[in-house]
Amino acid sequence: MANVKQLRVNGQVRTVDIDESKPLLEALRENLDLTGTKYGCGEGQCGACTVHVDGVAKRSCLITVGEVADSAITTIEGLATHDHLHPLQQAFLDVEAMQCAYCTSGMIMSGASLLKRLPNPSDAEIDKAMEGNICRCGTHNRIRAAIRLAATSMKEVAR
Amino acid sequence: MKTRTLDPALIEPERYELQAEIEADLDVDRRGFFGAMGGGLVVLSLLSEAGAQEPARAKGGRRGGGGAAPREIGAWIHIGEDGNVTAFTGKMEEGQNIRTSLSQGVAEELRVPVARVKLVMADTALSPFDMGTFGSRTTPAMLPQMRSAAAAARLALIDLAAEKWKVERASLVATDGHIKRNDTGETIGYGELTHGQKLLKTIGPEASTTPADKWEVLGHPTPKVNGRAYVTGGHQYASDIKREGMRYGKVIHPPGPGAKLLSADEAAANAIPGVTIVRDGDFLALVAPGSHLVRQAVEALKPKWSPSNGSSDQTLFNDLHPEESKAVGETQSTKEGWKSLVARYTVAYIAHAPMEPRAAVAEWQDGKLTVWTGTSRPFGVKGELTQALGIPDANVRVIVPDTGGGYGGKHTGEAAVEAAKLARAVKAPVKVIWTREDEFAHAYLRPAGVIEASAAVHPNGTISRWSFDNYNSGGSGIDSPYRVESPRQAFHQTKSPLRQGSYRALASTANHFARESFMDELAHVAGLDPLEFRLKNIREPRLRAVLTAAADKFGWGKRPSRDGITGSGLACGTEKGGFVGTAAEVEIDAKTGRVHVRRLVVAFECGAITNPDGVKNQAEGGVIMGLGGALFEAIKFKDGAVANARFSKYRVPRFSDVPPIEIVLLDRKDLPSAGAGEAPIIGVAPAIGNAIFNATGRRLRAIPMVPEGLKV
Ligand code: FES
Ligand code: FES
Repeated sequence: MANVKQLRVNGQVRTVDIDESKPLLEALRENLDLTGTKYGCGEGQCGACTVHVDGVAKRSCLITVGEVADSAITTIEGLATHDHLHPLQQAFLDVEAMQCAYCTSGMIMSGASLLKRLPNPSDAEIDKAMEGNICRCGTHNRIRAAIRLAATSMKEVAR
Repeated sequence: MKTRTLDPALIEPERYELQAEIEADLDVDRRGFFGAMGGGLVVLSLLSEAGAQEPARAKGGRRGGGGAAPREIGAWIHIGEDGNVTAFTGKMEEGQNIRTSLSQGVAEELRVPVARVKLVMADTALSPFDMGTFGSRTTPAMLPQMRSAAAAARLALIDLAAEKWKVERASLVATDGHIKRNDTGETIGYGELTHGQKLLKTIGPEASTTPADKWEVLGHPTPKVNGRAYVTGGHQYASDIKREGMRYGKVIHPPGPGAKLLSADEAAANAIPGVTIVRDGDFLALVAPGSHLVRQAVEALKPKWSPSNGSSDQTLFNDLHPEESKAVGETQSTKEGWKSLVARYTVAYIAHAPMEPRAAVAEWQDGKLTVWTGTSRPFGVKGELTQALGIPDANVRVIVPDTGGGYGGKHTGEAAVEAAKLARAVKAPVKVIWTREDEFAHAYLRPAGVIEASAAVHPNGTISRWSFDNYNSGGSGIDSPYRVESPRQAFHQTKSPLRQGSYRALASTANHFARESFMDELAHVAGLDPLEFRLKNIREPRLRAVLTAAADKFGWGKRPSRDGITGSGLACGTEKGGFVGTAAEVEIDAKTGRVHVRRLVVAFECGAITNPDGVKNQAEGGVIMGLGGALFEAIKFKDGAVANARFSKYRVPRFSDVPPIEIVLLDRKDLPSAGAGEAPIIGVAPAIGNAIFNATGRRLRAIPMVPEGLKV
């Protein structure tokens, strides 16, 4: 079993020494102390562990460190630029799209990836992209509203 | 050693609200209230008048704070020499937003911005004893205590300023963290006033607070106080805590009741570097420097168990209460036009399935144990640890970081006890996070139940001979709010084949499902409109108000007539001081049988509203949680063991299941505030069931109603 020696996370090259078969989720949480990414099921069913791999939302519980050794990984901790929240993070605050917020990191990472792909998603497109993320507190309608709000604010910035 | 039996009057009288004898003395007693926080002003909010001291104490107060502090403390507030406000409560935050609403309460009474208030919650070394965060008690009970303490602190600050300036108290006001002289406009900060002081003041439960119609902070939308930490991934849940030298542990749970460990390949697990096996009879656990290694060790171990014994979901309802040969579902008529009806409803076991599973980090230092864990009963879990580890109460500290939602499912401390045992065994801090499978299979469940109802109804809408029996699911919400002469209702305890416990709104969901479905059935046989029929029989004006509000907003009068595809339904009820009216519209996909809930309107009244958006958020959440139990959530089991312990086998509501939800809030500033987390769930299942009946003529008497869709 080979070990991975470097990971590119949140714009930094981190020196590590991690068994390549370790799930990315555990490497982030245990080796890199990036605990914003959460465990919810370990089988790709809940979305709590969602991160971006080369800009695309992926379930970090299903990916091994070996598979992303050459990729750029972004976690919830790296989504804001300097002190500037991502528009979706801001929108989550604006419409209070959370209760316990345990699902929030995954929701934001899935939503941000959707907005990158489809800057103006329809309701059906939002549901489709978010279907794999579970919220047990029941904040779904607020999350939809936050995604729509972020889409609007991103459009305004772009203009 | 002082122990206290919980006062039954203070808690929900429900057998599933777990009770325990708990050590009641407060660590802060011994340390002195100023030990941890430094000088300043401390106000203790007492639970009973008996312990309260004379208001004259406020002036000068008791210096030093070294005397024995009163035991019956509900909350305490410290105003530091720097003017910082810290409030202490034994309640915990799990998404119900009480960190924000309690902070609002303190800010309101102390006339400071919400951001100036720091809340220390659920730390057994610092917080006053608390039975637990359940039963929607925080808003009606803890919020008034906090507000009283804060209001008393404000008065004490005014006293200090009056003394300092030698002016009448009436000429002073508190504003924005300062006391201001009305005559000169001069101000002095709270910190300046408390500087060099050690004032201790105690107040009773009836201290006066700002009335709801004068609120400036409470009653107004207030953003979540630590929202930014959540959206940036910075907040640390118990599962995120890391300690120096910490290792990861997992206890191998028997698959079901009675299963005995036959064999385990310990040598193979031991061969994995860094792995320690902890074994004591059937207690088998693994500890390693990373979760990945723990999992590899579990695989290597290949534990073999003898078969478990127990029953299966196939016979569940018959086991709970055999169906008698009553003419269920049949109508019988009398000469006078009365029609009588008997119905039997069933309710499946469901899981809380919290997104954050049980988790704990335990650390031992010099025989003292500190555990960080997500539980709604920090002092209860402290008791569990004291017992399980056989150490004195004084040596255990439980800290509950703001936790992932538990919905009534985190009253117990399994992970805490496991982490503490493993940490002692390997002489290092240990983190235990239950896997999703553990959480489904080994946590407790919402009780299953059978409910039998019978009554007679007259075409003029009068109800008689009401009888209502609940087997196993519980007594909450069993009393009918409708006008019936000598109703008979009873809750019958039975032997539950699976481990069961509290769940959001307890048995109220089951009892409302049965009663509100049955009311719809009665309306139908009497040939009456379900709304009119209910309104004719409701006694309580608050219930009438929410039902009418929901029906109006929904447009009940204009609903489409039955076409086999779309339908509308109503339900109403009350729980934990909140009143709720629910209207649902469903659409049935004739091809797939999928029942789409198209729209939900929920009118909710919980007294004076403390944080309107927070209440809405809670109501929406309860409704969505209710959708799962109404439509498709059910635990399957065989030989006493849970058989669908995964999200891929246990369906919870997802985005495509969630319709637009309109919440109509009725604000009753003249009534005390009640909690918002529980009542809104109770109307969901019956409103949907009644809508399905309205659409198709099919009466569904089991929840979940359509786990496999509606066969049409
Ligand atoms: S933990 Fe990865 S999808 Fe649930
Ligand atoms: S906010 Fe608690 S799980 Fe989504």
